[in-house]
Amino acid sequence: MDINIKIVSEIDTTIGYHYLAHEESGGHSIFIGSVRNSTQNETVHELFFEAYESMALLEMEKIAKEASQKWNLQKVIMHHAVGTKKVKEPIVLVGASSAHREACFEACRFLIDTLKERVPIWKKEFFENKKVWVTPHP
Amino acid sequence: MRILFFGIAKDIVGKATVEFQNEIQFPIQVGALKAELIKKFPALGELSSLAIALNSHYATDDMSVSAQDEIALIPPVSGG
Repeated sequence: MDINIKIVSEIDTTIGYHYLAHEESGGHSIFIGSVRNSTQNETVHELFFEAYESMALLEMEKIAKEASQKWNLQKVIMHHAVGTKKVKEPIVLVGASSAHREACFEACRFLIDTLKERVPIWKKEFFENKKVWVTPHP
Repeated sequence: MRILFFGIAKDIVGKATVEFQNEIQFPIQVGALKAELIKKFPALGELSSLAIALNSHYATDDMSVSAQDEIALIPPVSGG
């Protein structure tokens, strides 16, 4: 299986199919996460992302390999942005290709869910009058 | 040894890297190192989770840290 993993300053949303396409693949599933304009009814102006880059790349690689053990995939792509991102800008792109659609749909969900749980990347939300690091409450 | 801090942990400590010379005796277990850091910066103990990365991999509390290792403190992640 081929994997393509990057931490980037700008997500290129057009490269998903270009990278995932493979002669044995009949299905391609891509998830793109972007900046939403509100969190819990508060207006969000922008987000800032910081990564522990060397570890984030290794952790994304582990997740891609775990996905390839669970499903029969031809290719996996995982890109995450760092820096300041405005509303509607893309921040993450993950995807997988497989012979049939079930595997790539399930793998794509696993990729983004596991990335959010484990990859050392942190998000700061900028509101009208405050800025806060997003941390799940116990 | 140098410890890297990210996200809210960086704000709590006040900088991205801190050098620890004599305060911590190496080798030390990951769990004990975490306890030392929480003693030094109590607000770290109030986070919903706090992991330690040893040479860019998540470490368990029983692993041993030497002065040459790259250590990072991983507060709750929020990518994606």
